[in-house]
Amino acid sequence: MLAPIEVRHLDHWFGAGEARKQAIFDVSLSIEPGSLTILMGPSGSGKTTLLTLMGCLREVQGGSVQLLGEELRGASAACQVALRRRLGFIFQAHNLHESLTARQNVLMGLEVHGRGDRGRQDAAAEHILQLLGLGHRVDYLPENLSGGQKQRVAIARALVSNPEVVFADEPTAALDREAGLQVVRMLKALGRERGTTTVMVTHDNRILELADRIITLEDGRVVTDSAEAHQPAELLPRSASG
Amino acid sequence: MTRLLHRLLGRLPIGWLQLTHNRTRLVAAMAGVAFANILVFVQLGMLGALQGTIGATYSLVQADILISSSDANTLTDGSPLTRRVMFQALAEPGVAAAAPLYLGQTDWTRPDGSTATLTVYGLPPEAESFAGPAVGSGFRQLAVADRVLLDLRTRGVDPESLADVSPDHPLRFEANGVALTAVDTVELGGGFSADGAMVTSDQTFLRLFGQRLAGTPTHILVRVAEGQDPTLVAAGLREALDDAPVLVRTLEEAASADLAYQTTQRPVGVIFGMGVLIGMLVGLVIVYQVLATDVADHLREYATFKAMGYPHRFFLSLVFEEALILAVLGFLPGVMLSLGIYAAMAAKTGLPVDMTALRAAAVFAGTILACALSGAIATQRLRGADPAELF
Ligand SMILES: Nc1ncnc2c1ncn2[C@@H]1O[C@H](COP(=O)(O)OP(=O)(O)O)[C@@H](O)[C@H]1O
Ligand SMILES: [Mg+2]
Repeated sequence: MLAPIEVRHLDHWFGAGEARKQAIFDVSLSIEPGSLTILMGPSGSGKTTLLTLMGCLREVQGGSVQLLGEELRGASAACQVALRRRLGFIFQAHNLHESLTARQNVLMGLEVHGRGDRGRQDAAAEHILQLLGLGHRVDYLPENLSGGQKQRVAIARALVSNPEVVFADEPTAALDREAGLQVVRMLKALGRERGTTTVMVTHDNRILELADRIITLEDGRVVTDSAEAHQPAELLPRSASG
Repeated sequence: MTRLLHRLLGRLPIGWLQLTHNRTRLVAAMAGVAFANILVFVQLGMLGALQGTIGATYSLVQADILISSSDANTLTDGSPLTRRVMFQALAEPGVAAAAPLYLGQTDWTRPDGSTATLTVYGLPPEAESFAGPAVGSGFRQLAVADRVLLDLRTRGVDPESLADVSPDHPLRFEANGVALTAVDTVELGGGFSADGAMVTSDQTFLRLFGQRLAGTPTHILVRVAEGQDPTLVAAGLREALDDAPVLVRTLEEAASADLAYQTTQRPVGVIFGMGVLIGMLVGLVIVYQVLATDVADHLREYATFKAMGYPHRFFLSLVFEEALILAVLGFLPGVMLSLGIYAAMAAKTGLPVDMTALRAAAVFAGTILACALSGAIATQRLRGADPAELF
């Protein structure tokens, strides 16, 4: 089966001119379908940058990223829009719309696919909120929810339309131990049932045991990769390109 | 409301929810749009008053064609003509009748002792058919020397104080050293160059303006024969009077040329015209500011929507939704307050400052357009940016 994410010799820079600074150095990865991959590394090591590059939220500058069979480098706006609808993104901040209730925020994840049966969409939104333990909060505005509850609404929004790939950037930071584990178990179950591929950034040691693969970044480079654990990353042959 | 809009738009009415979520901001935005509307309405009101009063100066006469001196830009500012022109015109085919029209300005002491400037219209008593509908039956009284009709709506005069002026209750006064008797009234009102009007016979006019010679009217009024096209007759007259320094125009042409001249060449008109432009510009800036701030404040949410796969047209429809709501909510108080301001302006200046349905509709359409345009510009920042750049 084709890898849902293929990264080849990916480089990325921030800034321009004097201030130009490389944040990602020659990263190559192939992510297995249906797997749960965890990205680790110290703050500033490039985890968010890599995740947003793979998730079609940032323009690819050097190297290549193939997502669900589409090349992201130089992808057209229409292609990006179509791809993003097949993904679920859970951000570090919950990024909920303050004027929309929990249900309406989740509905945004459904309405992006076009006009549907209103009743069914409402029910689907409510159902997933229930699964995440928010059945009693569906009509609350974000300002009346706790940090953990908001994060769970954001997770519901990302998962409600059954995405093929889920990207999550420290999704459990705002959750307590039990809730955090529950979310990751849910993502893992999704992978088993529907073949959903998940890439997650986390510092949370409690979660590591659930991962199929753990990749560690440092200063924009992959330093360890459990898929290649028998071989220290530093000794891997380096490509000349990039 | 949310349900209705949801059904109408086929998506969550995010613009509406966003606007109503922050009431203080909504009120401020509405006030901004209303203020922009008022600004434009006030300027249009003044421009409209100028146009209205220019048009009104023509309502005291009735003719198909107006022959004026070639330097006449408005009804009142041309050099005198020679009467010979009138006899030449009468000899032309298609011309049924002609009459001289004398125009001048005089000071008049109001009942309260203050001074008003009146435009004096002098027309031969036998030329009654050339007197406009605003003159009325009082015109017949003017055959007797030194009789005049006074303007009931002269600026600064209580109309009640002139209401009972009639042959039985004449009002005697003096102007330019001539003792006059007002035997009836006309209704015109003040404009930008005079406070009111006065109608007399040509003979009385010449007594009032001693320096004007009998053979030198300001305009010649021409009536075409039954069934003749004034435009064609005017063309014939133009040819026949080719060697005289005159303008031959239909009354409508003359009035619209006067309007164009006074609104684009005269300082007052130019200032009001500029005022309208500046009002629209300031209004556009206010509306843009309101919407751009709103977009900037929701950039994170919009970036999230973009990351979820919403295309640019979604954001356009979202700001258009907001623009439309703001346009409606701002227009209502804007037009209400403008009506109040119009009433105050009309009372203070005696000018015809009033709201027309066309003007209200035009300003409303303009507001929607300005809001939509501002919204489209405000979302430009979203178009090119990667979602990750916007968080
Ligand atoms: N928008 C940006 N502009 C400039 N530099 C950035 C930007 N985003 C991230 N960086 C830099 O890129 C590096 C990697 O950042 P990031 O991917 O956010 O790290 P992590 O998520 O692992 O903490 C850091 O040195 C950071 O300062
Ligand atoms: Mg990060």
